[in-house]
Amino acid sequence: MTQLDFQTLLPLTILTVWACVLLIVDLFIPKNRKGITAVLAALGLAVTLSFTILQIGRENSGYSGMVVLDGFSTFVNALILVSGLLGIALAYGYVKRMGLERGEYYTLLLFSVVGMMLMAQAADLIVVFIALELLSIPLYVLAAFSRTSAESEEAGIKYFLLGAFATGFVVYGTALVFGATGTTSLVGIVGSASNGTSSLLLTIGAALILVGFGFKVAAVPFHMWTPDVYQGAPTSVTAFMAAGAKIAGFAALLRVFATAFPTLATDLTDILWALSAVTMILGNVVAISQTNIKRMLAYSSIAHAGYILMAFVPYGNKDIMPISIAAGLFYLVSYVFTNFGAWGVVIALEKSEGKGLEIGDYAGLGRKYPALAAAMTVFMLSLIGLPPTLGLVGKFYLFRAVIAGGYTGLAIIGVVTSLVSAYYYLRVVVTMYMKDGEPTTEREPMLDFTTAFTAIVTVVVSLVPQWLFLLASNAVLKLF
Amino acid sequence: MTVDLILFLILALVSVSTALGMLLSRNTVYSALFLVLNFVTVAVFYLLLGAPFIAMAQVTVYAGAIMVLFLFVIMLLGTEVLPASNILPWQKPLAGGLAAVLAVEAIYLLLVRARSVAQVTSPDVAINSMDNLREMGKVLFSTYLLPFEVTSILLLVAMVGAIVLTKKEKA
Repeated sequence: MTQLDFQTLLPLTILTVWACVLLIVDLFIPKNRKGITAVLAALGLAVTLSFTILQIGRENSGYSGMVVLDGFSTFVNALILVSGLLGIALAYGYVKRMGLERGEYYTLLLFSVVGMMLMAQAADLIVVFIALELLSIPLYVLAAFSRTSAESEEAGIKYFLLGAFATGFVVYGTALVFGATGTTSLVGIVGSASNGTSSLLLTIGAALILVGFGFKVAAVPFHMWTPDVYQGAPTSVTAFMAAGAKIAGFAALLRVFATAFPTLATDLTDILWALSAVTMILGNVVAISQTNIKRMLAYSSIAHAGYILMAFVPYGNKDIMPISIAAGLFYLVSYVFTNFGAWGVVIALEKSEGKGLEIGDYAGLGRKYPALAAAMTVFMLSLIGLPPTLGLVGKFYLFRAVIAGGYTGLAIIGVVTSLVSAYYYLRVVVTMYMKDGEPTTEREPMLDFTTAFTAIVTVVVSLVPQWLFLLASNAVLKLF
Repeated sequence: MTVDLILFLILALVSVSTALGMLLSRNTVYSALFLVLNFVTVAVFYLLLGAPFIAMAQVTVYAGAIMVLFLFVIMLLGTEVLPASNILPWQKPLAGGLAAVLAVEAIYLLLVRARSVAQVTSPDVAINSMDNLREMGKVLFSTYLLPFEVTSILLLVAMVGAIVLTKKEKA
């Protein structure tokens, strides 16, 4: 292990050590003051974030080519750490109110973040597999964290079983790729594939890996678990899961497919096209009939997985790939902020025992709590993709990249499904402003701050999006 | 060579009969124990093929850890003796059909393909002797150091998770 190895994974190492120490420190924190653990965990994330930012511009590989550090991984890691911070901010008051406050919540969240960061830096399929497990296992436990609620337990076991199944696909795919190329390192796979190794085995292996990640990012037809898990899990966990698992899953997909399987693009592009189109259509159409806000947002999250998948379709085209990756990353940023904001509003209205989660419960919010209703309106507009929000800018870049790649049909499907989605998102807005009701909210300073912060980011960044797009464009994938 | 052959024939007999015993036994605990015996004979096959590491892994992982889990679940659920009635009527014909397909495939490979395929070359010495343990250790602690270390974190997280989900809250 050299100094270079160490520098490659410096932020990740800091966070791992911090999480291990926090596990012990937490034992000495009295039961009714677990908020201290939350603050310490957030501090760890902030320290790691600052070290990640210091890494901007560095590019190298480490640990015998097992991991890489490049613009892409730095950008994605920063986004993951921000999600972790937002996840803790949402959980801070919520877990106390719901009687779930235990120190392990925050340490498990930190370990999951470690797994996600490792995923973004993985340059070997074995590391991808271990990172996938490291990010998933804490999420399984967190989904079942509310042990008194049968729904939460169902969510945990469902997520665990289907997640383990999905991991099986990734491992099987990895084995086939190894069989076809004789190596698990992404660089080695490219080298072997360009020498013209038998590509049927390689194609099947890559397809199986795609299936495994399809589960993780909730793409149709691998989305079955999503509504039940998102509904059953504690809402603060759902918010973190929806954002974090998506970022890490898409980061790994982008890195694995763009660097290791460019030769398979002709075979896989059609599959990705169909996957993206079906996910957008099914997610948006089924969301229409949902009355529970958590289920509606779950289907909305499926639909957004479809939009992000659009960025993958032109990945075989060397000229388009950079802008399409940048568009995908930009969309992820916009999704993360909008997502956390919307779940924050859901948390503010949620009562114990799953009350206050129907869309009807939002009636009268616009009159009684104008600020909260305004924030929710911003998030709904952003999810549809209307101005003045980040969602619009994200979709604009995405559609532009796809059309530049020559897939106008997919862009049209994207626009049409966005119009369909306006129906159910605007229904929430209409319910808040046009219907009478006496909603009650649980206000906590941390929650208010998070909702306000994400709403402001969603609006303000959309007015000056160029710098963020420039950052995303500089986040290039590197091969070593 | 002849010693190896005699050894192989005896072991083959044992492994096939333990496999049959596992399938035909009505008592699930006996089935599990037959399976342990089967795993151990397979481990000896690996030894005969000159792969001591895989043989040891077979004993510790399959015959050891996984079977303990099996027995634990069987005894926890209290399903030691299976009911006599056949719950899945289509299972036997289906299994018979699949077994026939497998048998035909194996016979085809033995009789037709075996002649056309060149003799499998014996793995080189480094892999063939006890050296392969040392080589494996070297690779594990050099090239694969990072995955190895991260796996330890993964196990820690799994342990913490299991405790979080099962520990009783003190009131």
